[in-house]
Amino acid sequence: MISFDLRLKRRGFELSCALASDARVLALHGPSGAGKSTLAHLIAGVIRPDSGRIAVDGVTLVDTESGVFLPPEKRRIGVVFQDALLFPHLSVKSNILFGRFFTPEAERRAPFDAIVETLGVGHLLDRRPATLSGGERQRVGFARALLSSPRLLLMDEPMAALDHARRLEIMNLIEKLRDEFKTPMVLISHSAEEIARLADEAAIIDKGRILARGAPLDVLPGAARLIEGGRFGLTNSLAARIEEVDEAYGVTRLSHPSGEILVTARLRGTGEARIAVRATDVALAKSPPTDTSVRTILRGRIAKIDVNGSPLAFVTLELAGGDKLVAAVTRLALDELGLAKGSDVFALVKSVALDERAL
Amino acid sequence: MFDLSADDLTAIFLSVKVAGASTFFALPVAVFIGYALARWRFPGHAALNAIVHLPLVLPPVVTGFALLLLFGRRGPIGAFLDAHLGIVFAFRWTGAALAAAVMSFPLMVRPLRLAFESTDPRLAGAARSLGASRLWAFALIELPLAVDGLLVGAILGFAKALGEFGATITFVSSIPGETRTIPAAIYALLQAPDGDASAMRLAAISAAIAVAALVASEALQSRLGGRR
Repeated sequence: MISFDLRLKRRGFELSCALASDARVLALHGPSGAGKSTLAHLIAGVIRPDSGRIAVDGVTLVDTESGVFLPPEKRRIGVVFQDALLFPHLSVKSNILFGRFFTPEAERRAPFDAIVETLGVGHLLDRRPATLSGGERQRVGFARALLSSPRLLLMDEPMAALDHARRLEIMNLIEKLRDEFKTPMVLISHSAEEIARLADEAAIIDKGRILARGAPLDVLPGAARLIEGGRFGLTNSLAARIEEVDEAYGVTRLSHPSGEILVTARLRGTGEARIAVRATDVALAKSPPTDTSVRTILRGRIAKIDVNGSPLAFVTLELAGGDKLVAAVTRLALDELGLAKGSDVFALVKSVALDERAL
Repeated sequence: MFDLSADDLTAIFLSVKVAGASTFFALPVAVFIGYALARWRFPGHAALNAIVHLPLVLPPVVTGFALLLLFGRRGPIGAFLDAHLGIVFAFRWTGAALAAAVMSFPLMVRPLRLAFESTDPRLAGAARSLGASRLWAFALIELPLAVDGLLVGAILGFAKALGEFGATITFVSSIPGETRTIPAAIYALLQAPDGDASAMRLAAISAAIAVAALVASEALQSRLGGRR
């Protein structure tokens, strides 16, 4: 259970957020600069709010009215950082036991063996952080935070620095931690995919304010619309295989189970690439168009349609191969084409809208 | 050539004692100042930095003179310490250690500051989120990560203290057995008609001590580096 009601004013930025949630995993979602990290710093005790209060599990961490401000070391909030921030001069074992050493004896609830086992770090205990891979480092970071028996596990973009395979691994892990250990979690993420999968409640933040909150699948499709300026569209991510670079035209062909993807760049290397597609850059057709300039045409089936009063509908397609793709199209077009859940459709994406991205 | 006279031995032991005391007492202060300069922004930051570096650019005689004015028997600080704590610097080996400490201080602060600046300040934040107080986070995370700077600072400081001459001789003169360290002894020997051989021996020995300190620090550093 976490509740906060905070106000903070900085040069060019104002934060005013209030929330009370007993979600097992609460997600804070928004574009960069929205105030997610500021909120994390406020919860962790790195910065002081101008006014407000924070309570976790009935313990007041901050209350400016009664002058309460617990320093970070008294809050017992386990933080998982984007880049793990392991102590480079200590072994993995010393790293993960660091917090336990400072936990009052009566509060040492975290089971060492179970956590080491669940996170699969047992064989790493004697290693130094510098010798670990990114995914291993992040698993050690989770173990270190959990072994301090925290009241709350605060994960600040824990997967943003990882490649796709490692992200899946960490997502599995968070799911397992959520189900095995009782520690409530706050997940800060700009990835709708992570939140949809892991959180039971999501709060959408932009410009220091909470714009919406609710079940992730209810609030995420609307998030793109809520967030001002559309600079943060709902972005899809597709895994495709690099096939060939067409030097003459300066494009790269990639294969995806649902069709060929053309990117206007020379992608180096071979193997898998992650392609980012904004929902607003996807058009839909009932049959594969033959006389169009659009080169990327992907076959899929409508799994879900989200409408929430705006002219746009968010259509979730299930593509061949299992990837999901959200398209933002007008409700008018959907009705005129007679599209509904279960319809087979073709998703059209202009090549210039495609972006290779190291996710 | 290496049959040292009793005076030579006295000067050598005195030098090691003075440089050791200087390093021992100045190093913790240098750690604090180096940390403050690296991590904190406060009014007077630039002024503190300038004051720390002052002995490096001032003529040593001027520094020694300033010490004499402040810490001499009739100086404001010297008189106070004498009256209330019974600590006397003037014309004592402790005064030589104080002069050495002041002169070597910038050489100690600099590598420490650089070492603290090159470690990620967020690591201390991570330690605190795990329950470590500010002081624990410093002792267990930040200081060990700056150990290279600590070693370099200690060695440089020790070597500088061993060779300090100008400020020392101005502040506490050159009293055999009390304040006549190796450099002062060499200088005195060179003033005497038959002192050249003795001066040569002392010069060789001070060079040997300095080189040994350097080698020891290199060895320590590579051992620490290997563990990382």
